Amino acid sequence: MQLGRVVGTVVATEKADGLDGVRFLIVQPLDKEQRPSGREVVAADAVAMAGPGELVYFVSSREAAEALPVRFVPVDHAIVGIVDHVHLAVDR
Amino acid sequence: MKVGRVVGTVVSTICNEIFEGRRLLVCDLLDENGEPEGYTIAVDAVGAGAGEEVLIVDEGNSARQIVGRSWGAIRAVVVGVVDDWSAGE
Repeated sequence: MQLGRVVGTVVATEKADGLDGVRFLIVQPLDKEQRPSGREVVAADAVAMAGPGELVYFVSSREAAEALPVRFVPVDHAIVGIVDHVHLAVDR
Repeated sequence: MKVGRVVGTVVSTICNEIFEGRRLLVCDLLDENGEPEGYTIAVDAVGAGAGEEVLIVDEGNSARQIVGRSWGAIRAVVVGVVDDWSAGE
């Protein structure tokens, strides 16, 4: 899993089966110090509570398809939690 | 599996139910010289602490087996504390 910052939303009316009611958010992946790292991705919001500006963590690939209530839907990134705090204990 | 070092924790109240009650560790992934090369957030299955070098399984089926579930959005799990390792000799 990786940290990410929600930076936008995507609205799509026509979607593949199983994606009805699923929100899609644009997520900027972050490194562990919460600096942007790599390109933005579109992720399904599997906690259904994430919003723009929030710090989240997300899964990719097959695990993303297991994060939603309807299993094995066609998604490749899914937000699975909202971060309250990241505690970094060791600075290297 | 990968060798990593625990560098922190993630606190998350609102999360997918498979992570409820589980510790999430921020782990540097280590290259053959022991230098950090990327990171992952992994579920703790052994009680690892900050600064410890750990063994991380990064594969979904193994991860689900560890938490005793046949499905769920879990993939990276800390499954061991490394006593010693060497590479490139």
